[in-house]
Amino acid sequence: MFKIVSKKELTPNVKYFEVHAPAIAHKSKPGQFVIVRAKETGERLPITIAGSDPEKGTVDIYFAEVGKSSTELGMLEEGESILNFAGPLGNSVKIENYGKILCVGGGVFVGAMLYQIEAFKEAGNHITAVFGFRNKDHVMLEDEVKAVADETIICTDDGSYGEEGMAIVKELLEKNKYDHVFTIGPTSLQKHLSDMTKPYGIPTMVNLFPIMVDGMGMCGACRVTVGGSTLFSCVDGPEFDGHEVDFDELIMRMRVYNPQEKIAMVVKKMEDEQ
Amino acid sequence: MAAFNKPATDMPKQSPEERVNNFNEVAQGYTKELALQEADRCLQCKNPQCRKGCPVNIDIPAFIALIKEEKFIESAKKIKEFNALPAICGRVCPQENQCQKFCIVGIRGEPIEIGRLERFVADAERNAGVETPEMLEPSGHKVAIVGAGPAGLTVAAELKKKGHHIEMFEALHVAGGVLMYGIPQFRLPKEIVQAEVNYVKQLGVEIHLDSMVGKLYTVQELFEQGFEAVFIGSGAGLPRFLNLPGENLSGIYSANEFLIRTNLMKAYRFPEYDTPIKIGKNVAVIGGGNVAMDSARCSLRLGAENVHIIYRRGKNELPARHEEVENAEEEGVIFTLLNNPVRFHGDGRGNVKEIELIRMELGEPDDSGRRRPEPIPNTEWRIPIDTVIIAIGQSPNPIIQQTTEGLESTRWGTIITDEETMKTTLDAVYAGGDVVSGAATVISAMGAGKIAANSIDEYLQKK
Ligand SMILES: Cc1cc2nc3c(=O)[nH]c(=O)nc-3n(C[C@H](O)[C@H](O)[C@H](O)COP(=O)(O)OP(=O)(O)OC[C@H]3O[C@@H](n4cnc5c(N)ncnc54)[C@H](O)[C@@H]3O)c2cc1C
Ligand SMILES: Cc1cc2nc3c(=O)[nH]c(=O)nc-3n(C[C@H](O)[C@H](O)[C@H](O)COP(=O)(O)OP(=O)(O)OC[C@H]3O[C@@H](n4cnc5c(N)ncnc54)[C@H](O)[C@@H]3O)c2cc1C
Ligand code: SF4
Ligand code: SF4
Ligand code: FES
Repeated sequence: MFKIVSKKELTPNVKYFEVHAPAIAHKSKPGQFVIVRAKETGERLPITIAGSDPEKGTVDIYFAEVGKSSTELGMLEEGESILNFAGPLGNSVKIENYGKILCVGGGVFVGAMLYQIEAFKEAGNHITAVFGFRNKDHVMLEDEVKAVADETIICTDDGSYGEEGMAIVKELLEKNKYDHVFTIGPTSLQKHLSDMTKPYGIPTMVNLFPIMVDGMGMCGACRVTVGGSTLFSCVDGPEFDGHEVDFDELIMRMRVYNPQEKIAMVVKKMEDEQ
Repeated sequence: MAAFNKPATDMPKQSPEERVNNFNEVAQGYTKELALQEADRCLQCKNPQCRKGCPVNIDIPAFIALIKEEKFIESAKKIKEFNALPAICGRVCPQENQCQKFCIVGIRGEPIEIGRLERFVADAERNAGVETPEMLEPSGHKVAIVGAGPAGLTVAAELKKKGHHIEMFEALHVAGGVLMYGIPQFRLPKEIVQAEVNYVKQLGVEIHLDSMVGKLYTVQELFEQGFEAVFIGSGAGLPRFLNLPGENLSGIYSANEFLIRTNLMKAYRFPEYDTPIKIGKNVAVIGGGNVAMDSARCSLRLGAENVHIIYRRGKNELPARHEEVENAEEEGVIFTLLNNPVRFHGDGRGNVKEIELIRMELGEPDDSGRRRPEPIPNTEWRIPIDTVIIAIGQSPNPIIQQTTEGLESTRWGTIITDEETMKTTLDAVYAGGDVVSGAATVISAMGAGKIAANSIDEYLQKK
């Protein structure tokens, strides 16, 4: 069992857990993920690691309550324990001094992006961070990223805070010469960004999260087409060259369980009301 | 002699109509009367040929003799001297190709149903409450075992009984390997697997779940933690795909994904269990082995109407156990044999809609002596399909091989070992089971585990 050492509610649907998992805390690197199962009947939920403290033996995660499993996870309180917490899985992001880099994070994944940014900073990079959110209420980790990145821009889809939409990224790409781009966030954002950087020929690393089951290379649910070959995101990724990923296929594959998730949520609501 | 005339004793089964609607065990086991009747047919041979066919050389006449005397618990203990998991092997061993193939009664009549008897006494013992066996004094030696499938569990039990300190590292959230995530409930109830895992825990073996070696700890780091030997039993869990156009359409699963969702995550009890599975009206299962039969039979139970087994050879070449093919037929699985898929067609929204097949014929025998299937030109045809399950085999999980310097493997990804000791190319590192042999059987994984346990014990004694 893995104890929740501290819990925070950051935005209306994003929760933060600091979880006691000493072995993972020693090993984890930016870009890797854990598989979490809240209780016996729960799903195996992949969540990106957003920080670790080897001395305290803790691992940080941020997760959005989007469906039944993530909502149930969010119901666990500080001091309670998570049944299963496996990791660190997947490969880490390659941390080195690339020079001038652009780091784009979206939504709940800005926590995971901040973990990367801290490591990139330590390696000596000049960092422009762009964090995008749905609206003002969903903005999080603004001060934290400002403390590390050389330049920080916050955007919201509706313009209720910071820049409106992602037009600013286009401007940045026109005005500056970046050596590398890194992104983690909603798949549509990662696709859009890869499309934008392609004409400039800037290497762009995306961090994918297709549907996963085991997260250790045993099921193939997470397969993605990259540069024409089928790869498994959990063991070959989750980081890939964004210019090589077949995003349209990925987005279609991520929609499979939508109707069933709705069933699960409706049943859960009925149970909660009883 | 009477035994040659008497037919083998049937085992009660759920009727096909009933069982396709549930995940309860199909075969219900012998009653005491049936077990005694079957045991009575055994000739108690002086030179029992049956033992030759058993990969762990169980003293079969001895355990059957104890059944005749109605000493069921003693009988189970006799088996456990050779095989720590009789309730499992009695259910899933391909007996017709192993012990029963060599049974002397089988030459002129039907062989003794050794597996069913093994299952009967193992169940009797479990129901009576299993006692922990005697163990040797602690030796002070520490051994790490990677993977808690049948191979790893066997090594753990054997070495623990010899007094060594044993810790297991299992990547998944439960121990049992394929027995938990692959073989379905209706063939091997998970409660039985967990009872066997609990037995290993009762012996004092520590099992660390959620611990993927290669990621959380490398093999090297296990040595740094003070383990003196490591056994790798990480299985063959990497699914193979066909590499055909359209294979990444939604609705196309590897058998592993399909079975992991269904068995391990209990999708058949969705939404009580959270993991969903999507099953359509028309299902195509590609392949003809046990994994394909299990996938087809799970599909029926999940509500599919038409389930095809698509296999490129003919009926006589099906590699699955005979009993399972028969069960699948009774349940209404459609065998579309001598056909091979060539591509998958989508519905324009990313879901699979049709499978395109080509008819095959058997040509000249190949190196393995089997007649090679060859496509018949211009015989492509299509079946409307909502779900495809690809069951064409698994390769060894590669993570440990990739993260352990000096550990050599073949080009098929299997770890190279010395057959007599199961030692790998690294000192103090042993391996066995599917990760060495490629996908095989439960009992062969256990056989390899026994050999490895003996060599590890010898190695530790010499240290
Ligand atoms: C490698 C990896 C890392 C991830 N890291 C994080 C993270 O750091 N924080 C976080 O909040 N989420 C993360 N996710 C996504 C998270 O696992 C899903 O949000 C979660 O599985 C949804 O479970 P649920 O039962 O609550 O929702 P569901 O009820 O399963 O789904 C609700 C909605 O989310 C969609 N959905 C389901 N699975 C995924 C998925 N894998 N990715 C995106 N959408 C999905 C469904 O289609 C549905 O519309 C990650 C996923 C992967 C594969
Ligand atoms: C669907 C199906 C049906 C089958 N039916 C039969 C049958 O009827 N009869 C029969 O005899 N055989 C059958 N088999 C084959 C049999 O199950 C296997 O041969 C046997 O389980 C192999 O045992 P093992 O211990 O080598 O590996 P596995 O059972 O595969 O166990 C390996 C374990 O190692 C774990 N692991 C993998 N990598 C790591 C890592 N890096 N770190 C930690 N842990 C790791 C895995 O999670 C797994 O738990 C079937 C197989 C399948 C898939
Ligand atoms: S373990 Fe398998 S092969 Fe050996 S006696 Fe039992 S059923 Fe037969
Ligand atoms: S060969 Fe057959 S009859 Fe002879 S001891 Fe074995 S099981 Fe009994
Ligand atoms: S999640 Fe199963 S192979 Fe990647």
